[in-house]
Amino acid sequence: MSNEATLHGHAETDLPVHDLHHDEHGVHHHKETFITKYVFSQDHKMISKQFLITGMIWAIIGGMMSVLFRLQLGYPEAHFQFLEDLLGSKWAKGGQIQPEFYYALVTMHGTILVFFVLTGGLSGTFANFLIPLQVGARDMASPMLNMLSYWFFLGASVVMCTSLFIETGPASGGWTSYAPLSALGDANEGSKAGMDYWLISMALFVVSSLLGGLNYISTILNMRTKGMSMTRLPLTIWAILFTAILGVLSFPVLLSGFILLLFDRHGGTSFYLSDIFLTETGKALPNEGGSAILYQHLFWFLGHPEVYIIILPAMGLVSEVMSVNARKPIFGYMAMVGSLFAITVLAFVVWAHHMFVTGLNPFLGSVFVLLTLLIAVPSAIKVFNWLTTLWRGNIRFTPAMLFAIGFVSTFISGGLTGIFLGNSTLDIQLHDTYFVIAHFHIVMGVSGILGMFCGIYHWFPKMYGRYMNNTMSYIHFWITFAGAYLIFWPMHYEGLAGMPRRYLDYSNWISFNQFGDLNRFISTVAMITFAVQLLFVFNFIYSIFKGRRVMDRNPWGSTTLEWTAPIRPGHGNWPGEIPEVHRWPYDYAKDGRDFIPQTEPLGSNESAH
Amino acid sequence: MAQAIPAGQKWWSGGKSPFNVEYGKLMMWYFLMSDSFTFGAFLISYGSIRFATNGWPDPNHVFRAFPFMGETNMPLVFVSLMTFILIMSSVTMVLAVAAGHNHDRKKVTFYMILTVIGGLMFLSCQAWEWWHLHSEGAWWGQNPFPNADGSKATTNFTNYFFTITGFHGFHVFSGVVINSIMLIKNLRGDFEKRGHYLMIEKAGLYWHFVDLVWVFVFTCFYLL
Repeated sequence: MSNEATLHGHAETDLPVHDLHHDEHGVHHHKETFITKYVFSQDHKMISKQFLITGMIWAIIGGMMSVLFRLQLGYPEAHFQFLEDLLGSKWAKGGQIQPEFYYALVTMHGTILVFFVLTGGLSGTFANFLIPLQVGARDMASPMLNMLSYWFFLGASVVMCTSLFIETGPASGGWTSYAPLSALGDANEGSKAGMDYWLISMALFVVSSLLGGLNYISTILNMRTKGMSMTRLPLTIWAILFTAILGVLSFPVLLSGFILLLFDRHGGTSFYLSDIFLTETGKALPNEGGSAILYQHLFWFLGHPEVYIIILPAMGLVSEVMSVNARKPIFGYMAMVGSLFAITVLAFVVWAHHMFVTGLNPFLGSVFVLLTLLIAVPSAIKVFNWLTTLWRGNIRFTPAMLFAIGFVSTFISGGLTGIFLGNSTLDIQLHDTYFVIAHFHIVMGVSGILGMFCGIYHWFPKMYGRYMNNTMSYIHFWITFAGAYLIFWPMHYEGLAGMPRRYLDYSNWISFNQFGDLNRFISTVAMITFAVQLLFVFNFIYSIFKGRRVMDRNPWGSTTLEWTAPIRPGHGNWPGEIPEVHRWPYDYAKDGRDFIPQTEPLGSNESAH
Repeated sequence: MAQAIPAGQKWWSGGKSPFNVEYGKLMMWYFLMSDSFTFGAFLISYGSIRFATNGWPDPNHVFRAFPFMGETNMPLVFVSLMTFILIMSSVTMVLAVAAGHNHDRKKVTFYMILTVIGGLMFLSCQAWEWWHLHSEGAWWGQNPFPNADGSKATTNFTNYFFTITGFHGFHVFSGVVINSIMLIKNLRGDFEKRGHYLMIEKAGLYWHFVDLVWVFVFTCFYLL
């Protein structure tokens, strides 16, 4: 049994533990070179850093794109010569962003942020880093598949990045790539080669996500150290477990949808196509019998769980960080687990609320309204539990804690507008407006990224053995937090007034002219907020090399297992035996003590948790 | 795997696998769940389009040829043979796994060879069927077969047929590759050295899954 195999004691930390699974891989000790340590690493901690840094590079690219299209939206009349110099006259003729390019920008911004930053970057980083360290395992169940998961992710990244540079430009049919626009190369520049690159990249991404997800689930279920029962898992691990289950069950459906789309593009089939007249070519297409709505069903069967794939890990990180820094047990541990489970189940049965106005049967719509609004229940349970965790806590306002509290704030604000949008009747007015943009950016984008920052600030000392600079961290938090609200809050008003999404220029509509100043304001704040993210990147890189050294194994006074490992753990995490667990991870402020680590045996006056 | 399980064993308290399986088998089960969603999505798409379409070709009319028989009318005979072959290869797979439990390396080799042959035979049959349909003018985007009532039929009949049976055939092909690797490893004595034949068991799970999927594909395209 592999699980027993992982429990073999190893005498010294510098002895790398590669033979985690004698039964599968045989025993093979080899020396670590630069290549095996930093490039083809099978150590979960290194793979996690690879995901994190790749994700950060994507975040900069994706964020930069939003600055570009905000320039256009804020200053539709202006000519920015530097844009033409930078991007060429095809995309930015006369210093103005061209419509095709604008669509490519918003499409790639969405794709990159949703998949490459907040799925690959967030789950990839923290699932890899925290699972073995927090459940008490030497590494993932299969370090090999884990490494492949990163390399497929990188492959997907390379293909997606390449698509930015091809002549016809990257995919530009929106991050959802709805057919028939995405199926017909003649319909749109971005639906030519760019769309193929997009599909190939996403297929690689699905493989990466599958390999990672299978590994996460197997490790959490199979490799917990002695005493680590499921109800003694930190909430981070519960959240990652449910995230992985969501990914493993929803991404394959997207893959099926993509395969059908590829055949529609290149095989002459009509899965999604029927009765189409293309004005671009002035021709009626022979395709008949397909259904464009079918694509939307297949897409949103992933697309909706996908938003929970983004938010659940962030919730887990926030729960953990909040409990540590409030010096209090998390309020309602089982309710937290239960609500994660409820969200996971509901995630699979609400997808059609993205399709209320596509001609869906109104009765069916009403079923999806009910199921969608049900999600408010577990979400509210979580929010109240976070608030009650803070209640009368002995709060330490570390940067990580600020981001955790910021997460709760944005999750509430964005969640409330979700109740508006979950109603199919209100959706008639609100669909495809800036209200939707405001909603999902606050509840998923901003919350997700705040959760990710919370995790990075909290676990940075464990990752690199150094602290990040606090001053820069506080500046980063306050400007990001205020900036996010200043950017997205006004969009609610624009949306309520009916201002549609995805338009290049609103100045032609008298009804939206009133928002000209507001749009300029949003664009200015967006640029400032983006600049502060660069400060974070600087802080991150600087601190890796020059940050204050961590001298204490457990700098935050945390109960969980990762802080019992050496400051810079080797491959295998713990020298000697893996620690045994005797209690749940939230024994803070108990029996007159600040915290009691999970490894400490129960006292005579305690009952088992 | 046949360990005695002490009474009162706490399965979920850490330090051991709660399902008493090693991680690879657990992963295989989760992979199969994931893959069943892929096929599920395909078949549900097929179903939804078919129900939304007026008229559909009659499978008894389309699938009535048999190799080397010239112009015949043997509806569904050939595909039944294919199905029989695939199911038999599942039987030989079970026997290989059972032989593995008994550490009988020679028998494992024997039954794995039969399983690989079964898989190859199925693939060959599918290749012939595809070739035959193609020679009748059927392909992605081309459907020569009329509806049951004689009217012109939608190309989605062939579109879905080739896509889904092709995707399944790709799974069979991967299964044959996996089984061949298992066969080679067994011939080299890898499993004997390791002391167990778990890899055969995991390959077996995959193979049975591929067979099970075929039962659904067969039902949806040939019977309904």
